[in-house]
Amino acid sequence: MAHSATASLGSASSLSSRRIQLAFAGLLGIFITGFVGFSHIEAVHNAAHDYRHSLAFPCH
Amino acid sequence: MSIFRNVVFVAALTGLVAGLVLAAMQSFSTVPLILQAETFESAEPAHTHDHGAARAETGAPAATVAVHEHDEEGWAPADGFERFAFNLLANVVSGVGFALLLVAASELAGGIGSWRQGLIWGFAGFAVFTLAPGLGLPPELPAMPAADLWARQVWWTGTVAATAIGLALIAFRAAPVFAALGVALIVAPHLIGAPQPPSYETAVPEGLHHDFVVAVTVTNLVFWLVMGAVAGVLCQRFLREDTPALRSQLA
Repeated sequence: MAHSATASLGSASSLSSRRIQLAFAGLLGIFITGFVGFSHIEAVHNAAHDYRHSLAFPCH
Repeated sequence: MSIFRNVVFVAALTGLVAGLVLAAMQSFSTVPLILQAETFESAEPAHTHDHGAARAETGAPAATVAVHEHDEEGWAPADGFERFAFNLLANVVSGVGFALLLVAASELAGGIGSWRQGLIWGFAGFAVFTLAPGLGLPPELPAMPAADLWARQVWWTGTVAATAIGLALIAFRAAPVFAALGVALIVAPHLIGAPQPPSYETAVPEGLHHDFVVAVTVTNLVFWLVMGAVAGVLCQRFLREDTPALRSQLA
C-alpha cells in the first residue's frame, strides 16, 4: 500500500489499489466499532455501558 | 500520498467531532434516563438475578428472561466523572470507527461532494445503524428483558448489512430490478423478525422507555448528520486533490 493512486495515472492498477486501501479503512472501522459496541469482555462492556445503551447496541 | 492514511486522518477528525457532540447530547438526554432505569434493577428482586453470586448460591439454572444486573463482580467505572469520561471515550473511539465506514463507503461510491451531500450520507448512516436495527430491537434500558445476546447481535449485524447493501443498490444502480432488490433486502430482516424476549414484563415504566427511544433516535440522527457534514467538508479538503473523475454521482 506504499503505492499511491493518483488520477494522473488513471490506470487499472491505481484504481484497484485505491479500492483495496478504502476496503482496509472500512474493515478497520468495522473492527473498532465492533470492539466498542459488541465485545463480550466484561471490562469493555462496563466501560462502554452507557454508550451501548445510548446507541441501541444489543447489550447484556 | 496514501489514500488509506488520508482516509484514516479524515475519519479520526470527523469521529472526534461527532463523538464529542454525541457524548454531550447523551449527558443531557439518554444517560439521565439510563441512571433512572437502573434504580429499578435493585427495586425488583423477583425478576432480577445476579450473574454469578446468587445463582451459585442456589444452584438454580439461569433464567431465560435475562433482566440484567449491574453490580457484577467485574470492574466498572465509578459513577460520576469516571463514568462520564469512559462514555466520552467510547463515543469518540466508536465515532472514529463509524467515520471510517462512512468515509470508506462514500469514497468507494465516488466521494462526498459537499457538506450538503454529507448530510444525505449522514441520513443513510442513521437509517442503516439506528433506524433499521431499532425497528426490531428498540433501544433498551437497564432492567428491561431481552432475548439471547448472541442472537440479537447476529440479527443486528445482519440487518445493518442488508440495509446498507439495499440502500446502495437503490442509490447507485440505475436498473429498476436493483431498486426492487434493494427494497427486498431492506425489508427482509423485519420479515425474519428480531429475537424477542419470552416476556416483556419489566419494572421500567413505559413512559420512561418511550422517552429513551425518542432520545436515542434523535441524538443518533444529529450524530450522523454532524458526521456526514463534517466528513463532506474534510473529504473535499483532504481527499480531493487527485480523483476529480470519481466525484459523486449522487443526485
